[in-house]
Amino acid sequence: MAEPRKKLKLATATLAGCFGCHMSFLDIDEHLFELVEWVEFDRSPFTDIKQVGACDIGLIEGGLCNAENVHVLRDFRKHCKILVAVGACAINGGLPAQRNPIPLRAILDEVYLTEPGLAHGGIPNDPELPLPLNKVHPIHEVVKVDYFLPGCPPSGEAIWKFLTDLLAGREPTLDHTLIHYD
Amino acid sequence: MSTLETAEHPEKLRRVAIDPVSRVEGHGKVTILLDDNNKVHQVRLHIVEFRGFEKFIQGRPYWEVPVMAPRLCGICPVSHHLAAAKAMDMIIGAERLTPTAEKIRRLMHYGQIMQSHALHFFHLCSPDLLFGFSSEVARRNIVGVAAEYPDIARQGVLLRKFGQEVIRITAGKRIHGTGAIPGGVNKALTREERDTLLADVYQMIAWSRDAVHLVRRLFEQNLEEYNAFGRFRAHQLSLVRADGAMDLYHGGLRARSMDGDILFDHFDYRHYWDVIFEDVKSWSYMKFPFLRSLGPERGWYRVGPLTRVANCDFIPTPFADKERCEFLAFDDGRAAGATLGFHWARMIEMLHAVECIKDLLHDDDILGDDLVTSGERAGRGVGVIEAPRGTLIHHYRVDENDLVIRANLIVSTTHNNQAMNEAVRQVAIQYLDGHEVTEALLNHIEVAIRAFDPCLSCATHALGKMPLEVELVDAEGSVVSRLAKSSDGSFSA
Repeated sequence: MAEPRKKLKLATATLAGCFGCHMSFLDIDEHLFELVEWVEFDRSPFTDIKQVGACDIGLIEGGLCNAENVHVLRDFRKHCKILVAVGACAINGGLPAQRNPIPLRAILDEVYLTEPGLAHGGIPNDPELPLPLNKVHPIHEVVKVDYFLPGCPPSGEAIWKFLTDLLAGREPTLDHTLIHYD
Repeated sequence: MSTLETAEHPEKLRRVAIDPVSRVEGHGKVTILLDDNNKVHQVRLHIVEFRGFEKFIQGRPYWEVPVMAPRLCGICPVSHHLAAAKAMDMIIGAERLTPTAEKIRRLMHYGQIMQSHALHFFHLCSPDLLFGFSSEVARRNIVGVAAEYPDIARQGVLLRKFGQEVIRITAGKRIHGTGAIPGGVNKALTREERDTLLADVYQMIAWSRDAVHLVRRLFEQNLEEYNAFGRFRAHQLSLVRADGAMDLYHGGLRARSMDGDILFDHFDYRHYWDVIFEDVKSWSYMKFPFLRSLGPERGWYRVGPLTRVANCDFIPTPFADKERCEFLAFDDGRAAGATLGFHWARMIEMLHAVECIKDLLHDDDILGDDLVTSGERAGRGVGVIEAPRGTLIHHYRVDENDLVIRANLIVSTTHNNQAMNEAVRQVAIQYLDGHEVTEALLNHIEVAIRAFDPCLSCATHALGKMPLEVELVDAEGSVVSRLAKSSDGSFSA
């Protein structure tokens, strides 16, 4: 990449996902050291910044499974000029959305109440626990999304191509090999 | 257990939250309740998400499970992939895999151990250890490490990269690969692939040894603080090989009491429910497992690298075993009982994993073409593996139409639930009690959590206990009713 001018702010969050997209982000390997010449991390699981500030790019992994996910997503949308849905769960709900055909109550009952292997049954209900949503939703149902980066997860190469396009001011494009999965 | 789990009068206390816990995988938060004098009355680590995997996997064909289960966790997908595949080996009656299949799976697993341990130490935890627990927020990340210790950061990135490449070559993809199938694997290595890995493996061994020595130096420089930090006593559980060696892929369960006595040894994990039960608490979606013989109050235990290194009799690779002996002897054994000893043990395991990779790359069986085996079909499969974070249990029942009808997972981080809560309560007593709460002090709490390398995403997805009564009703109904009546936590068989 060319000599950087001003560092852009990059924030990342994982909602109802498996962290695999964040791992794939780290699969850019040594490019990480190039990337940090161009961007500065804001809130992310890789930093200790707990509140998202004004950012240029926000990467969202995972869909929405509880009220807290919705809150974090809206906060990211508010603070990020460009918001990107990264991976299958953010884009269409992914594996966690496979619970959608089953009533939430039925799952909670089976897990926490009706299993006799439990010493003391009871559905966790402390006010500190965010309320689960009845169904898992993709993030575009709640906020405007600027880009969708597909894959489970998108490969490190795809993420690197996407970011370098974006940082260079080009419209990001992924050729066939980067969106061909099996 | 410490007394800080539940305050007597929470309504009179001030709440401080660490939300989200950062530089860990997944979603967790810590709440602390303090009085007007900053005395700590309650500390809890909450797991705040809930998935439902064990429910929605029901009705799916069994061969899909090794592909779906990795989506529980993007940090240790191989662990779920292999635990599910081992369970499905039992379903299709593959009692003994072909040498090629077992060695390819082991290669994949050691690649997983290596990349996960490197990620955790270098990318997530090293800022705390290199800069200090109270260092400034802006610096406490891998970018800060790269600026100040470029060689350490670079070695961390390249160690992880090598582990990920081992996974890609054995599983097809770095994350959520598909190399293991019921009864074996779908691919061996080519000579070119082997030679590519061989070209770098000796450098990886050298850097892994450096990483062990780096943690040792940090311990020497901060001896009193590291030994005392978040210290607590716990029972321990891990797999060991038949001869007592560390074996991260297969073995029997060994539990050791906090005094060092063996509680059970070489226990056949296919009947794990005879020794492990789970408890539920209202304030966390993550359950609290315990040893049945000791009950929920006294039976909680610790898993993971620190446990495994101390619980085995030896490590069957030379460099790692030498480091193990030095670790166990260090400061009269005190480091091996310290919460921060996790980091040291984790680096010893990373060294062991790279040594195993090196040995496997020199074994021509990994180039073979006899990949799959099968035998008499069974209705139940249990797969247990030592994942990077500790013992991982997958348990399935499959009906005559090949569909999953029951599933239970007990993931590594769930085993450590009570232990992590104990560690953060100890830190709260040691550092917070009576002081004005600051960001730096709160980071001390997170340092204790990070030592366990918790995978809160795994723990979120796993809903816990399989409904054993259903299984036992099928086979031995009377046992079930006795268990179900027990309300005092005494679940003796």
